[in-house]
Amino acid sequence: MTLQLPQNSPPGKKPENVVVTSHTTHQKAWKWYHYFTFNVDHKVIGIQYLVTAFGFYLIGGLMAVAMRTELATPDPDVLDPNLYNAFMTNHGTIMIFLWIVPSAIGGFGNYLVPLMIGARDMAFPKLNAIAFWLNPPAGLLLVASFFFGGSQSGWTAYPPLSLITAPIAQSLWILAIVLVGTSSILGSVNFVVTILKMKVPSMRWDQLPLFCWAILATSVLALVSTPVLASGLVLLLFDINFGTSFFKPDAGGNVVLYQHLFWFYSHPAVYLMILPVFGIMSEVIPVHSRKHIFGYKAIAYSSLAICVVGLFVWVHHMFTSGTPGWMRMFFTISTLLVAVPTGVKIFGWVATLWQGKIRYTSAMLFAIGLLSMFVLGGIGGVMLGTTPFDIHVHDSYYIVAHFHYVLFGGSVFGIYSGIYHWFPKMTGRMLNETWGRVHFALTFVGTHLTFFPMHELGLQGMPRRVAMYDPQFTAINQLCTYGAFLLAFSVIPFTINVITSWRKGEVAGDNPWNALTLEWTTASPPAIENWEELPVVIHGPYEYGLTDNHRADGLSEARS
Amino acid sequence: MTAVTPTDTSHHEEHPDLRVIGLLTFLASESLMFGGFFATYLFFKGVTPVFPPKGTEVELYLPAINTAILVSSSFVIHLGDAAIKRGSVWGMRFWYFVTAIMGATFLAGQIYEYQHLGYGLTTNIFSNCFYILTGFHGLHVFIGLLLILGVIWRSRRQGHYSAHKHTGIEMAEIYWHFVDIIWIILFLLLYVMTQF
Amino acid sequence: MQQVPVSLLTLVAGILVTLVSIWVGQHSASLLPVQASEQAPLVDRFFQILVGIGTALFLIVQGAIVLFMFQYRQRQGDDRDGTLIEGNFPLEIFWTAIPSIIVIGLGIYSVDVYTQMGGLSVGHHSMAEHAAAPVKGTALAGTLSETSDIEALTEEIPKDEVIPEPARAETSLEEAPVEAPLLAPIEEPITLPVKTPIKRPVKKLVNVPQPGIGIGANPKVLGNAADLVVNVTGMQFAWIFNYPETDITSGELHVPVGADVQVNLAASDVIHSLWIPQFRLKQDAIPGQATGLRFKATRPGTYPIVCAELCGGYHGSMRSQVIVHTPDEYQEWLESNRIASAQNQQIAAALQTH
Ligand code: HEA
Ligand code: HEA
Ligand code: CUA
Ligand SMILES: [Cu+2]
Repeated sequence: MTLQLPQNSPPGKKPENVVVTSHTTHQKAWKWYHYFTFNVDHKVIGIQYLVTAFGFYLIGGLMAVAMRTELATPDPDVLDPNLYNAFMTNHGTIMIFLWIVPSAIGGFGNYLVPLMIGARDMAFPKLNAIAFWLNPPAGLLLVASFFFGGSQSGWTAYPPLSLITAPIAQSLWILAIVLVGTSSILGSVNFVVTILKMKVPSMRWDQLPLFCWAILATSVLALVSTPVLASGLVLLLFDINFGTSFFKPDAGGNVVLYQHLFWFYSHPAVYLMILPVFGIMSEVIPVHSRKHIFGYKAIAYSSLAICVVGLFVWVHHMFTSGTPGWMRMFFTISTLLVAVPTGVKIFGWVATLWQGKIRYTSAMLFAIGLLSMFVLGGIGGVMLGTTPFDIHVHDSYYIVAHFHYVLFGGSVFGIYSGIYHWFPKMTGRMLNETWGRVHFALTFVGTHLTFFPMHELGLQGMPRRVAMYDPQFTAINQLCTYGAFLLAFSVIPFTINVITSWRKGEVAGDNPWNALTLEWTTASPPAIENWEELPVVIHGPYEYGLTDNHRADGLSEARS
Repeated sequence: MTAVTPTDTSHHEEHPDLRVIGLLTFLASESLMFGGFFATYLFFKGVTPVFPPKGTEVELYLPAINTAILVSSSFVIHLGDAAIKRGSVWGMRFWYFVTAIMGATFLAGQIYEYQHLGYGLTTNIFSNCFYILTGFHGLHVFIGLLLILGVIWRSRRQGHYSAHKHTGIEMAEIYWHFVDIIWIILFLLLYVMTQF
Repeated sequence: MQQVPVSLLTLVAGILVTLVSIWVGQHSASLLPVQASEQAPLVDRFFQILVGIGTALFLIVQGAIVLFMFQYRQRQGDDRDGTLIEGNFPLEIFWTAIPSIIVIGLGIYSVDVYTQMGGLSVGHHSMAEHAAAPVKGTALAGTLSETSDIEALTEEIPKDEVIPEPARAETSLEEAPVEAPLLAPIEEPITLPVKTPIKRPVKKLVNVPQPGIGIGANPKVLGNAADLVVNVTGMQFAWIFNYPETDITSGELHVPVGADVQVNLAASDVIHSLWIPQFRLKQDAIPGQATGLRFKATRPGTYPIVCAELCGGYHGSMRSQVIVHTPDEYQEWLESNRIASAQNQQIAAALQTH
């Protein structure tokens, strides 16, 4: 197959003076059981992350469905209110710490970064495997916490509530978060060093795929913020178990201090969850619209800008807490500023569509769906950034609407898009496009149906984190519940599609999308050390339309 | 745009050794965990009129000696690093052993201090902060100690370390310096600042 | 077909987007509950602007996406790539600058709205005076002040003792002179009126300094003492409203319309958050930290009070209401509660002496 050129060459344009060595496949492929072991191959780890995280997603989603069932009526009739709170807390925790972060950063990051920069593996393969294997025990700790009532104080775990409710469960919860936090720090060290030190020498910095820039920014952010959360949680753990009183007001402690420590991490954490997804967007959109990304530098720098500004906005979660007026104003303005670099990205992607030749593959559908949903959620977020309005809707369902739009309509859509896009590379087989479209349609409608009406609930005065509510909100809540059922249903076609395609889907070939980044220059699935010979970069990752005849079907031509 | 002939055709390139930069990245991150603790401490110091409260003051004498020991151990460990760069495994072993003893002395001094302070972890906010800060730092000293002992242990093997191959030694040293730097900040915040 | 110039299309689209956005912005206030405080119209006007801008941005981005999706879809049999365009620097500058201007404008505007709401004057001199001189003697409550003495309460109240005429509404709210402060006893345990099913006794918090966090006096009343002070304590899972001037304790908040009310928030166990959606006001009640709100209710009626901060299993049931009375009604309520409260005190005192 001529396609397995170790060179990063544009389709249809084979560099003449490059010797193509024949493939000696002395490296065997991994067997299925290798995926259940302590394996140091970044690709295996990537898939381990993705599959585990998806499992957690189903569990977290199931909790959400239980919550929505409860919320179909104003009275607490399905779940005991304490159990409701345990579900709510663990739904948030699992979705954030065991689904989005591990799949977007751990899964795609590990799988793609070495392939995209032409490396054989991550800088520290063993550390990488350790980082992954910290995740399952964290999940088990959360499961175990349910035997002690489950942690019930929300994913934010504000004291004093978290000090006095279900202390054992709360401690287990803290340990789980510390484990995933450690995992995230170790992973980030790996990414930073890998990206900075291991790209093939022939790749210039401005030829680094934008996904890698995004992962770099994400990792730096994780390195800066995660330890602060760890310190806050350690103090909380000591308060619960060892008699200290950092957050106990009657003994001189201060409860607002915890909120600062928490949000100093957890605001950046929301960017941890979206930046890698932005990276996915920057890869998927050019490929499927056959266009060079619009404004490479602007998109790369805006990741870094989001990462810097994102470190100074955390108090917008505390506008109605113990926050003096001047601080509210300072953080209003810093929060609003985040919209600017995010806008630069959004506009860049929209402009990439312009004059493209858009192919409506499932990956592209999810990417465009993300674009429109994230803008809605993001504008809702900017409204929240202004204190006068946030005072009204803080801790109401408006917030729930905002963050599901950015998290579900953003991160989850991005992850789906990434799966449709890279599944052929990971497994060597295509996903079924028809099922993909069905999946998209159901998810798109379900998301709007579930989360759009929540804005109105919040504006009208329904607080979040309640198992029982004022009957005046019943109708809208039922709408949301139907939406949630639709969403739960929507994962079924996806799961079936993934399982059947993995086993006997259409064979993909090395480069089914005819894309230009390096991961498509190797076999699908790639050999154990990625390439026989490291590829040589001779053009940028997005130079579609480079050849004179604008041919994109170099692939099909070469294949036949 | 010209195509480039692959220059590096050797199949299995050495996996580059990036452990030092990895460790530095990790320590940069870890220092922020102390950052969180320091911030907590400074916050309480800022809002509490008398801090430390009466009866839970710290004394300066022993900790000052301890500080001197720990700070000078950073120079001692560097001698070990210099020795291995000259190719002297024995020199390295000697200096690392001295460092280990100094580190252990520091920890012993810390424990002695804990026992003679007259207040415990739960006495008040100040003591909370005091024990959390010194305790976590002590934990790091202990880990550093293990690393140093590990280096000495590994150096038994012939040729494990040499003038050209001593990344492990260097990493232990870097970690030790980190522990030292944290201590200096901690000493200033916890012991010196509270005297005024 | 005659080609319509792009600039003309853009102009039309621009005008349409503007009109639609303005319309949506204007009508967005209907998404919010009724306005019942002085702050509410301020917030709502701001909300309308936000929605208007948001709609415009959304329509532009969304419109572009849909347009491009249609116009640049891959046509049958066309396997070419798009044109190679790497970017356009002036355009990028443009779409960085416009959002920057918008958000800076919004930032300035929100500071302005926030100032008008009273957000920047919490803990200012007016409040400080309050701290020094315990809240007392507004026109409404002052007439009853004598009896808030503990001795008076423990004495038998003559059946025919007439409670003085309620002060005339409206004007007196504004103009009544502030009476000499009367030092109410601090932390005096009192029992609760029969009407409210609250089990725990609360402590009065009359002399607590005015909180420096929350929404304070708006520019119109800045420097004046509030007409009415209510101490609010949040506990799992109830709100307790205590009127320090009159010794009334209630499970609901009663305020006269138009009165400048100062609410001091405290929490006895975990964090709670007092939210009155119709007032567009919310402030956490934080254990160990005093916070507060100051507002003028503008519309008589009964509105929900919601606890907005997760405070345990029954957080959702921690609901109460604020009743905005006309001044006459308020006097009535005050009187009936004065009696109930006093009788309770008597019983309590009687029990204590036994
Ligand atoms: C992926 C996760 C994610 C992302 C990306 C964001 C993005 C943003 N968020 Fe969100 N947020 C959350 C997840 C996220 N958030 C979560 C989980 C919570 C709740 C936590 C909890 O309490 O449990 C939360 C809560 C939250 C609050 C606290 C609300 C409260 O509790 O009272 C605020 C307040 O400022 C806020 C603001 C913002 C802003 C300004 C952005 C911005 O980054 C958005 C920027 C994007 C756009 C603006 C759209 C595109 C831009 C343009 C089209 C350009 C033009 C635009 C303008 C000029 C405005 N968020
Ligand atoms: C990425 C993050 C993420 C994602 C994807 C979701 C997904 C969903 N969320 Fe979640 N949510 C959060 C993050 C997320 N959420 C956070 C952070 C909070 C705040 C928590 C807090 O306040 O502390 C929250 C809170 C939250 C609330 C508010 C609770 C409250 O305040 O009381 C609600 C209510 O409707 C809700 C609903 C949903 C629904 C219906 C989905 C749906 O999209 C889910 C769709 C369902 C599935 C995908 C599961 C399908 C399962 C099956 C079909 C069964 C098969 C399963 C097995 C075999 C095991 N979420
Ligand atoms: Cu009180 Cu929620
Ligand atoms: Cu935030």
